[in-house]
Amino acid sequence: MDDTTRTTNGTDRRGLLTCMLWAGTGVIWTVAGGIPRSGLLGSAQAATPSGGFSFAQISDSHIGFARDPNTDTPATLAAAVAQVKAMAPALILHTGDVSHLSRPAEFDTAEKILGASGIETHYVPGEHDMLEDGGTPFIERFQKRHTPGQPGGAFYSFDQQGIHFVGLNNVTDLKAGGLGNLGEAQLAWLERDLKQRSDSTPIVVFAHIPLWTVYADWGWGTDDGARALALLKRFGSVTVLNGHIHQVMQKVEGNVAFHTARSTAFPQPAPGTAPGPGPMKVEAGRLRSVLGVASIAYVPGRSDLAIVDSPLGA
Amino acid sequence: MQRRALLLSALVPVAALSLPRAARAADTEVTIDNFTFSPALVTVSAGTRLIWTNRDDIPHMVVSALRPPAFKSKVLDTDDAFAMVFDTPGTYSYFCGLHPHMQGMVVVT
Ligand SMILES: [Cu+2]
Repeated sequence: MDDTTRTTNGTDRRGLLTCMLWAGTGVIWTVAGGIPRSGLLGSAQAATPSGGFSFAQISDSHIGFARDPNTDTPATLAAAVAQVKAMAPALILHTGDVSHLSRPAEFDTAEKILGASGIETHYVPGEHDMLEDGGTPFIERFQKRHTPGQPGGAFYSFDQQGIHFVGLNNVTDLKAGGLGNLGEAQLAWLERDLKQRSDSTPIVVFAHIPLWTVYADWGWGTDDGARALALLKRFGSVTVLNGHIHQVMQKVEGNVAFHTARSTAFPQPAPGTAPGPGPMKVEAGRLRSVLGVASIAYVPGRSDLAIVDSPLGA
Repeated sequence: MQRRALLLSALVPVAALSLPRAARAADTEVTIDNFTFSPALVTVSAGTRLIWTNRDDIPHMVVSALRPPAFKSKVLDTDDAFAMVFDTPGTYSYFCGLHPHMQGMVVVT
């Protein structure tokens, strides 16, 4: 796992990605030589190589949800934030569904808990965040540090330590029978945005709904996601971070690595394993461990692999 | 179809649903459960009031499939309801604004 990995072909990158680690509510990514690598939440030493740069992903906090299996989503979000904070990442990406019903009180609570990290946090909206006034309350509160890709658009990009981060919105203007949607204006902006970057720039794209089709029957995909991915194809290192499905999924296609993070609120069933994608019921006492334990990725025989247990589990 | 004028006579606020439903013979119920409108296809005579009730533990919406939508509910949390009277014969497709793969249809005769 040295710096040469980035410049080699997809096979090596695939090899790297089999080593990826997963944590229940946050994935710590460390970039060494342009390749994002995951690390163990709560184990800062392991995650941050010298000269590296780490960041965290938090997703689907659903503040306002207070039903089985989680009647205290602020508490589980606070626990996730505390653990991320212990890692001291340079930044946090929140991949949406900050709130459950876009209510001001929910945004207040979420902002307070996430703000307590003291770590710069970048947000993209989930469909639960955009229910009022076309999403303006979410955009104005959570994306105010960014200049939107278009006026009123909940998408933007920024650069940090050599990485180009692109936050996309695929949760508005949804069409009957469809999946997530980026739309023409956003795709045109993305094309312009990426045009200015060299092929060797590591790209991290983050958006709520998976950009790849995880399970169309449950709406787990983005109708025009492939068009965004076509624009990303020429880059040597692309990492796509999503939420929405409240479980870990990963896929590698060429130089593009796709990952979904878990929720800090409740788990959802694996595709097709339940009548619908609603919250999975678990006993209250087991919630945190189930959130963390259900999707640990383990590849035996790799000395450079660390196994992640649930960071929220007791 | 896409150019259909707005044919719907009334958007009944959810608050109005505190009226006893059983007393209204013309009401037709659609339940939202397991990310499904049930029944997904309802055929009613003109003047019928349709009531959608969300029995899921996740919020949903009822949104006309026309663009722009001919009708649209507020977000419906668990046990919230949305009602609308269909006065004009026709076919009305709708979906969930949060989960657009959820679709239903109302046929008014
Ligand atoms: Cu829905």
